[in-house]
Parts: sequence; structure tokens; C-alpha cells
Amino acid sequence: MAVLKKKGGGETPAINTASLPDIVFMLLFFFMVSTTMRETEMMVSVRLPEATEVVKLEKKSLVSYIFIGPPARQYQGLFGTDSRIQLNDSFKTLVDIRDFISAEREALSEADRAFLTTSLKVDEQTRMGIVSDVKQELRKASALKINYSARRAE
Amino acid sequence: MARKTPEINGSSLADIAFLLLIFFLVTTTMNVDTGLARMLPPMPEDNTDVEQDVKQRNILTVLVNKSDRLLVGGMPMEVDMLKEKAKEFIANPNDDPNLPEKQFTEVEYFGTVGISRGVISLQNDRGTSYRMYMLVQNELMAAYNELRNELARTKFGKDYDDLPESEQKAIQKIYPLRISEAEPKSIGGRN
Repeated sequence: MAVLKKKGGGETPAINTASLPDIVFMLLFFFMVSTTMRETEMMVSVRLPEATEVVKLEKKSLVSYIFIGPPARQYQGLFGTDSRIQLNDSFKTLVDIRDFISAEREALSEADRAFLTTSLKVDEQTRMGIVSDVKQELRKASALKINYSARRAE
Repeated sequence: MARKTPEINGSSLADIAFLLLIFFLVTTTMNVDTGLARMLPPMPEDNTDVEQDVKQRNILTVLVNKSDRLLVGGMPMEVDMLKEKAKEFIANPNDDPNLPEKQFTEVEYFGTVGISRGVISLQNDRGTSYRMYMLVQNELMAAYNELRNELARTKFGKDYDDLPESEQKAIQKIYPLRISEAEPKSIGGRN
């Protein structure tokens, strides 16, 4: 049934802004999707130590992460509460680090390989023994550029 | 004729969406990774330890034991004193014979400068906590940064971070980051 609208006068019609919300929502979804970092599932709980002299870690694509810390609560039954190493999405041991580094290196283009940085995200309660072992492994794998991840102290 | 239902005013929907958009833009800051950058020494080619002949006066040993206590140059010390001690050791302003000797080299912008040959040797136990280790690393880094900053201010009148790369290089040459890390010893039993 057609409803005839009676419009009065020769006023300029208002611009239809009905599609503006759609545009903004589109932007909103774009930002929501793009800013959520694709993070690996944390299987160890890491509370980073504080430091004042920290520098920013540039070029995220060249960074590979090694997490060291006590296993998260749901894994404690299986793995205990001693600090463990997490590479990608699973618990690993020291011997796996070399393979991990070579895999990370393979994934980079040849020109970038020299700039591979390993970021050590270590829980502050961890004992240095395991950290030193990891560092020795990194030296063996000649991944010498490292970064001790830390929070910026306020 | 049926009464016309009034159209819902949708112009405020845009404002609501904008509000949401700004909220997400502000809260989902891409978490910036920060940390202390370091270079590990390369593995020696053969398994023999390269004994480097370093004079006693050129070494500042920093020991951290398993209960997170510090021993700096043979003296127990609190961690907040370490920066001053390290600065004094690196710079050696009064040419103290007990502090590192200097090697005179030509440096761009500065002419001939005595560059300290001091090495800070950091040694920790396997039982040292990572928190303490980072505190010590941070203090040592702070000592270097402060010295570099002081030099940058007196020479160029600017902070070290604001200098162009070539000038930063020159300052780095005068205060090279020399922190050597010995393999940890397990004195206090297993970690």
C-alpha cells in the first residue's frame, strides 16, 4: 500500500546520514580485528621484571620469543611448578631451542637473517640456571642478538 | 488511514559508533615490547677457553649469589650503590692507578681521548633470581647511559638519544659497553 508523504515547501532536504553508522562500524571492526595481536597461547605465566633503561623492540617480524616461567595453573598438575621453557605453543626442553632458532631463521628472508632477535620473556621469580642454559643454547645456535624483556618502570 | 509511525532518528547512532571506535583505538594499544638489548658473545671455535690477559685494575667483578646478594670488587654492596660504583669505574676521572687504564685513541668530533679499558665482569649463581639479575643489568646499563648522556650534554648540548647517529657512534666509542658474563657457577646447589 503506497503511503503518500506530503512534503511541504521547497526546503533543501537534509542529507541522509543513515549510512554513517555503517561506515563507522566498519572502521570499528577493522580496528578491532587488526589490533588484536595474534599471540601465542601462554602456557607459562610470565611476570616481567621492571627496568628503567629499556629500549623499544623494533621490527616485530624479526623477533622470536622464548618464554620461561612456571606453568600456568591448568598445566601444573602435569608439569609441576618449576620454571619451564615455552616455544611457540608447547612446552619444550633445552635441546629444542636450536631447532626452533633454525626454523625461525628459515622463515625469514635471507637479507633479514642476520637481524634475528630473540626476546627472552622470563618470569622474575625464575632462577638464573635455566636462563643461562638457554643463553648457552642460543650461543650455540649463534642467535646472538637477544633482548631481555622488561616492563618500563614508572 | 493508519497513523504514521514516526521514523527513529538514527543520526545519533553515528556518534555512538564513533565513541566505541575511539574507545577501542585508545584501549587496544599494540603492546609495545620493551627490554634490555644485549649481544651474546659468540661461541669459541674450539672448546678451549680463550684466556684473555686482563689486568686486575681493568676488571670490576660483580658477583651475585643465590640469595641475591651483591659483591662488587670484593666488597658487599647494595644494588642501588652499584650505578655510582660502575660509573666511577668506567670513567676513572682522576686517573686513579687502581681504576682502569686508558688507551688514547683518535675519535671523531673529540680528537684524542683516553678510552677506559675497563671491563665489568658479571657473574651470577644458578640460583640467582632473574629479578635480581635484571636489576643488576639495569643498573650497569644505567651507568653507561648516564655517562654517555653527560658527555653528550657537555660536548653537543643535547641528550644522547637526540644526537645524530654519527655523534652517537663517537660517544659509544668513548664509552663502549663492556659487560662480560662468566658462565654461572653452581655454588648453592641445584637451581
